[in-house]
Amino acid sequence: MIEITDLTKTFDKKYVLNGLSLSIRQGEIIAIIGRSGGGKSVLLKHIIGLLKPDSGSIFIKGHDIVKAKGKTLQHIRNMFGVLFQGGALFDSMTVFDNVAFPLKEKTKLNKNEIKERVNTALLDVGLTDVEYKYPAELSGGMKKRVALARALITEPELVLFDEPTTGLDPIMLRAIHRLIQSTHKKYNFTGIIISHEIPEIFDVADRVAMLHEGKIEIVGTPDEIKKSDDIIVRQFLSGEA
Amino acid sequence: MILDFLRILGRWAIKRLRLLGSMAIFLFSAIYYTFEPPLKYALILKQIRFFGSKSMIVVVLTGAFTGMVLALQLFYTLRKFGSDALLGPAIALSLIRELGPVLSALMVTGRAGSALTAEIGIMRISEQIDAIISMALNPFRYLIVPNLIAGIITFPLLSAIFDVIGIFGGYFVAVNLLGLSEGTYFSQIDNFVDMEDVKIGLYKSLSFGVIVSWICCFKGYNTGYGAEGVSKATTEAVVLSSVLILIWDYFIGSVLL
Repeated sequence: MIEITDLTKTFDKKYVLNGLSLSIRQGEIIAIIGRSGGGKSVLLKHIIGLLKPDSGSIFIKGHDIVKAKGKTLQHIRNMFGVLFQGGALFDSMTVFDNVAFPLKEKTKLNKNEIKERVNTALLDVGLTDVEYKYPAELSGGMKKRVALARALITEPELVLFDEPTTGLDPIMLRAIHRLIQSTHKKYNFTGIIISHEIPEIFDVADRVAMLHEGKIEIVGTPDEIKKSDDIIVRQFLSGEA
Repeated sequence: MILDFLRILGRWAIKRLRLLGSMAIFLFSAIYYTFEPPLKYALILKQIRFFGSKSMIVVVLTGAFTGMVLALQLFYTLRKFGSDALLGPAIALSLIRELGPVLSALMVTGRAGSALTAEIGIMRISEQIDAIISMALNPFRYLIVPNLIAGIITFPLLSAIFDVIGIFGGYFVAVNLLGLSEGTYFSQIDNFVDMEDVKIGLYKSLSFGVIVSWICCFKGYNTGYGAEGVSKATTEAVVLSSVLILIWDYFIGSVLL
C-alpha cells in the first residue's frame, strides 16, 4: 500500500530523517515507535504530503506523493483520514459540524444522509448527546473520539494516527486503543499509528517499526520486537537511557 | 572582516527577498482562488460581520473625535486668513480624501486585523489548517478568500461611516462651540467636495482592505510555534499593515492627486 524509500529530511542542517525506508501493507495496523523528537510526526507529515523531503520517495497505491501536484495530490489525499495529536477540531464549529465537514465539502449527500452518517460515526466512537457542543466543552478523550469520527466519516482506505492517546489516562488510553481496533475491524482501513505507549501499543498493532536516528531500526510483529536482541530496541523498551 | 559583513548582508537580503516572494505568491494565490468558484458565501458574510462588528464602535469614536479636533485646529488657522467659512469643506476634504480611509484602516487593523491573525495563527499551531489540507481541501477557500473579499467590502463602508461621523463631529464643534453658522458649514461642503474626492477616498480604502486582509492572513497562516509565535505574528501583522497603509497612502495619493 505504501512504499517509503530512502527518505531524507533536514531541519537547520540536522538530519531528522536519514535514508528512511519502510513498506506498509494493505489492511494492516503498523505502529511507529521511537524517542520523542525522533522524527515520527515528521514522517507522518511526509506521508500526508504536508512536508516535502530533501530526497526519497513515498509511493501510495502507485502514486508518489512527493512529486504529486494538483488533481493527483488531491486523489491521494482523498484516501486519507488523519487523527492529529491534539484532535485539530475546528474551534468555531460544533461537534456535528466538525464531523460533517468532510461530507459537506466533498460529497453531494443531502442533509438527512449527512445527519445519519454523522450520528453513526459518533455512535461508533461511543459518543451520544454531544452533537451541539463545541470542542472547548469536551474532555481530552472526547476530543480524540470526535476527531476519530471525523477521520473515519469518509471511510478512508488509510488512517493516520498521530499519538492518539497522548495526555490521556490509562483507562481512556485503552478505550481509544479498543476503538481503533473495532473501527479497523468495521472499516478495514490501513492504519499507521505514531505512539509512545509501550507496551500497550503492542496489543493494537499488527506490526511495529522503531524509528531511531532518522532510520527504521527494526520492523516486525509485536512478539518479534519484544524478543529482539537489538540493544537499541531493548534500551527503548526497558526505558533505559 | 568585509567578507563576513557581506555574507551577513547577503543572508539578510536573501531572507527578505524570500519573504517578499512568499508574500507575493500568497496574495496572487488568494486573488486566483477569489475568481475560481465555488466561493464560500456564508464564510464571506461571517467575515464581513467580523470586520464590521469588531471595528464599528472604534471607527465611530475615532471618526467623531477626528472631526471635532479638525474643527478646532482648522478654525483657528482659517480665521487668521479670514476664511473660517471654509471650515466645512476643509474638514470634509481632509476626512474624505485622507483621514477617513487611513485612520479607519488603522483602527480596523488594530481591532479586527490583529484578531484575524491570532485566529488563523491558532488554527495553524493547533493543526486545524493541516486538517483541512489532509482532507484534500484548499485552506485558502475557507480562510483567506473570505477575508480578502470581506476586507474589500467592509473597508470602504467603514471609511464612509468614519467620514460621515467625522463631518458631523466637526459640525458639532464648529456650530455649537465656535459659533459658525449651520448653513455656511454644509453649503460650502456642497460647493467644494465633488465626486472625484469621494472616488480617491474609495480607491484608498479598497486598497487598504486588500493590504490589511493580505498581511494579517499571511502572518497568521505562516505563524511560528506556540503562543509566542502567534503573539509575534499578531504584532508583526499590525505593525506591517500600519506601515504599508501609510506608505501606500502616500504612493496612491501622489498618483491620484
